[in-house]
Amino acid sequence: MKQVVVLSGKGGTGKTSLVAAFAHLAAANHVPDAPSASQIRLVLVDADVDASNLELVLQPRQLEAHDFVAGELAVVDPELCSGCGVCETVCRFDAISIPSAPGPAYARVDEFACEGCAACLYACPQQAIHMQPQLVGQWFRSVTPYGPLFHAALRPGAENSGKLVTLVKQMARFLALDNSYPLVLVDGPPGIGCPAISAAAGADMVLIVTEPSVAGLHDFERAWGVAHHFGIPVAAVINKADICPQGTQQIERFCHEKKIPLLGIIPFDVAVTHAMSSGRPVTAVGGPAARAMCTVWDAFLQRLGNLE
Amino acid sequence: MRIAVASGKGGTGKTTIATGLALALEDRPVLFLDCDVEAPNAHLILRPELIWRQQVDRPVPVVNQTRCTGCGHCAEICRYHAIAVMSGKVLVFPELCHGCGSCVANCPEAALSEYGRPLGVLEAGSTKTGITFARGVLEIGELSASPIIRQLKKWAVRTELFPHALSPEAVEIRDAPPGTSCPVVETLRGADFALLVSEPTPFGLHDLRLIVELVHEMNLPAGVIINRDMANDGALERFCVEANLPVLMRIPLERDIGQALAAGQPLTAVRPAYGMALRNLFEHIQLLEARGIRT
Ligand code: SF4
Ligand code: SF4
Ligand code: SF4
Ligand code: SF4
Repeated sequence: MKQVVVLSGKGGTGKTSLVAAFAHLAAANHVPDAPSASQIRLVLVDADVDASNLELVLQPRQLEAHDFVAGELAVVDPELCSGCGVCETVCRFDAISIPSAPGPAYARVDEFACEGCAACLYACPQQAIHMQPQLVGQWFRSVTPYGPLFHAALRPGAENSGKLVTLVKQMARFLALDNSYPLVLVDGPPGIGCPAISAAAGADMVLIVTEPSVAGLHDFERAWGVAHHFGIPVAAVINKADICPQGTQQIERFCHEKKIPLLGIIPFDVAVTHAMSSGRPVTAVGGPAARAMCTVWDAFLQRLGNLE
Repeated sequence: MRIAVASGKGGTGKTTIATGLALALEDRPVLFLDCDVEAPNAHLILRPELIWRQQVDRPVPVVNQTRCTGCGHCAEICRYHAIAVMSGKVLVFPELCHGCGSCVANCPEAALSEYGRPLGVLEAGSTKTGITFARGVLEIGELSASPIIRQLKKWAVRTELFPHALSPEAVEIRDAPPGTSCPVVETLRGADFALLVSEPTPFGLHDLRLIVELVHEMNLPAGVIINRDMANDGALERFCVEANLPVLMRIPLERDIGQALAAGQPLTAVRPAYGMALRNLFEHIQLLEARGIRT
């Protein structure tokens, strides 16, 4: 079983569109006016837990929903608190303070800033603080027309996105191992921090979807840097390649320099946006981008076969 | 006035709007903060000369083996399993440590001290047209973006860097990372207004809903810019009306705008008319903020 994670560094380069197209092609569907694609059974994961969009294209039917509890929040008992301010001095996250409000002073916690470290709890002379576990989101097991999907919804503003990413990936992995699926395909989050690293951890390959803008190239280099740092093989795809041909050349040069296999280039095509808006993978609709994705899919499978 | 430019979804054009706004408000003292420390890009458009630099460290415990008795108290205290005691020896996992200092403060033998583990850097300078620019850059392989953003916000408003920090005319523009999790929260904390950039697709709408939920919980006034506007089913608009969110500006989907932006040109250079539109937008935001309109 292989696990491939699609990353981009910069958001909005078309990760999700490509993953949806791959899912569609993997189920032996073919693009109008193109030769049929190679079939492979796969398990899908949407690891962009604070903007999970894959479900909008794949129209999954939800089978299971589970609460995700992680991390804690400090809670002050106003009855016990003397307003001494010790907690404010020990908190390194500016998350607890004694506001000057009328009436008896007591400590208030800024729930958006509190990291749940409990430093205040250990320091409070009145034992006025306790920690409360947080419900930070939900995760789901669903089926799509193309295979099982694991996805999640992090509560807006919540922490611990990395842990939620790790959890959905683990669930997908178990299912794949139990039912001998050869591939787990993970739609990763943007960026290169905690959720992206959690998504990439343990992957057999990172596929970076980039676009030929100055920002796209810059973030591609950083995303590659992360995969390289963790020793994960990388392959790349350039999306919307004709928007800026010089940019595309620069990315090609970078790939050549770093020996990153370029699986293909995809032209800008409004059909991608239209397909997405009607909740379908673009490969079900057709057009230049869809045909290019078909070629990328074949190159991807070949690359996957060579990974051993 | 502190404006955070955010959007649930990535790639909707936050940086385009944030940099465009900074350039349009040139007659005021402008401080630009690139808070997208995982994928910082605004410098590619504003092209500042970065002359200030500061490392961001996280304090991580280190044990003095001769004092440590292996009592295990530190491991019990740590909420992140970042410190463990195995057969009497203390092991620290620096990537998991949040730098809270609890273990250090509570070790009965005073066997723990702290060192600074680099998470990233802060950089600042100014642009040719006098915008003060500051950004944070997360080190490759590091997990935590939020502490860098937290430091950036404090560091950049010192008068050495931004001489007009205390002027009532000063405008601080924060370019937020995508999503709605902790780094976005850190960017929005302390802002006066959230300028939300969306696009009229189901993705755009889905992610706008999430960020609106967040700014609502944080009690921040907000307005929307519809980017890459085109013929659509009107769902985005209906949502804005329902959520009482003013639509402050629209930018049509046009290939040549996209191309020029991809090449790193600012919006105000591609279409100078947006300079005026963004100045009007700013006045509108001032009104909304003064009236304390909450969504
Ligand atoms: S340390 Fe405890 S008693 Fe003192 S202000 Fe904080 S919560 Fe209240
Ligand atoms: S738990 Fe930690 S972050 Fe939260 S208020 Fe207490 S000291 Fe601050
Ligand atoms: S609390 Fe102090 S003495 Fe006890 S194991 Fe930890 S470092 Fe050693
Ligand atoms: S500083 Fe805090 S997070 Fe780090 S090891 Fe000590 S208790 Fe754990």
